[in-house]
Amino acid sequence: MDVHAAALIGMGAAAIGVAGSGAGIGYIFGKMIEAVARQPEIEGRVSKYMWLGFALSEAVALYALVIAFIIMGLRK
Amino acid sequence: MQGNPLEEFFLHPIIRLHLLGFDISVTQAVVSLWLMVGITALASLYFVRVATLVPGRFQTTLEMLFDTLTTVVDENVGAENRKKFLLPIFVLFLFVFLSNFLGLIPGVYTITSQIVVTGLLALTVYLISLVIGFVKHGLKFLSILVPEGVPGWMMPLVVPIEIISQLARPLSLAVRLFANMTAGHTILFVLLSLTTSLAIYLKWLPFSISVVLYLLEVLVAFIQAYIFAVLSAVYLGQAMKLNH
Repeated sequence: MDVHAAALIGMGAAAIGVAGSGAGIGYIFGKMIEAVARQPEIEGRVSKYMWLGFALSEAVALYALVIAFIIMGLRK
Repeated sequence: MQGNPLEEFFLHPIIRLHLLGFDISVTQAVVSLWLMVGITALASLYFVRVATLVPGRFQTTLEMLFDTLTTVVDENVGAENRKKFLLPIFVLFLFVFLSNFLGLIPGVYTITSQIVVTGLLALTVYLISLVIGFVKHGLKFLSILVPEGVPGWMMPLVVPIEIISQLARPLSLAVRLFANMTAGHTILFVLLSLTTSLAIYLKWLPFSISVVLYLLEVLVAFIQAYIFAVLSAVYLGQAMKLNH
């Protein structure tokens, strides 16, 4: 296997890391809906933390993207 | 798909300059950086000098952001330190937000997609928090590496982990902002280039997704600036209070 093909496989493998972030974002929004369904008046206070958690777990997916970019840079 | 999706981030020198072996050419990123600094300064000046008792549209937005950041600083650093910390954190927030937000305009370079910019911001915040900690508490500040209530025999295990988590702070702060901005623009590029290369009856699909994602990017631009400010406030607050 030449280096180029291995790098492409590596970039694809790095994309697997996105799965964890997807689960995290889904969990956050699900819990938010659950919380608001139980206690609708709390929405304003909780949504701030929801967006914070959303952005933090979304960033984890982007670390995987950065690794893919690093591999892309090493390709040649 | 045509072209490199990262082409947008390549730097093209406008004026070539070299000083002592360093390349200090004026690139489009540098021009954009000056622009953002100028706009941040103008917005701050407007907020201080021109602000009226009955706020206009622009001033209301700024005041809302200022109130949000006041809450953040009060919660994390403490209301008694508001005077010292609020303005730097607000200006940091405004600068990051404007760079993210105005960078979404086609043709304007997003300077927060350069890791050197975000890295410098994150490192500055982190070093300031270290300096504050050591000046305020002296060597007692090192107890930030020792969590409360951990038995003594666990120390050889816990302290290295705490050291690593401390060192990862500026790195994650920098990479989070940089990666969000880079990824957002890359995704938009990929979708729009799909729009040009797909068959005619499929073009609407990536284009409509890109419109929705553009709105998400506006949201992300705000949230990332907010998170940057919140985490800066948390780190500075930990250095001030020395508890976790």
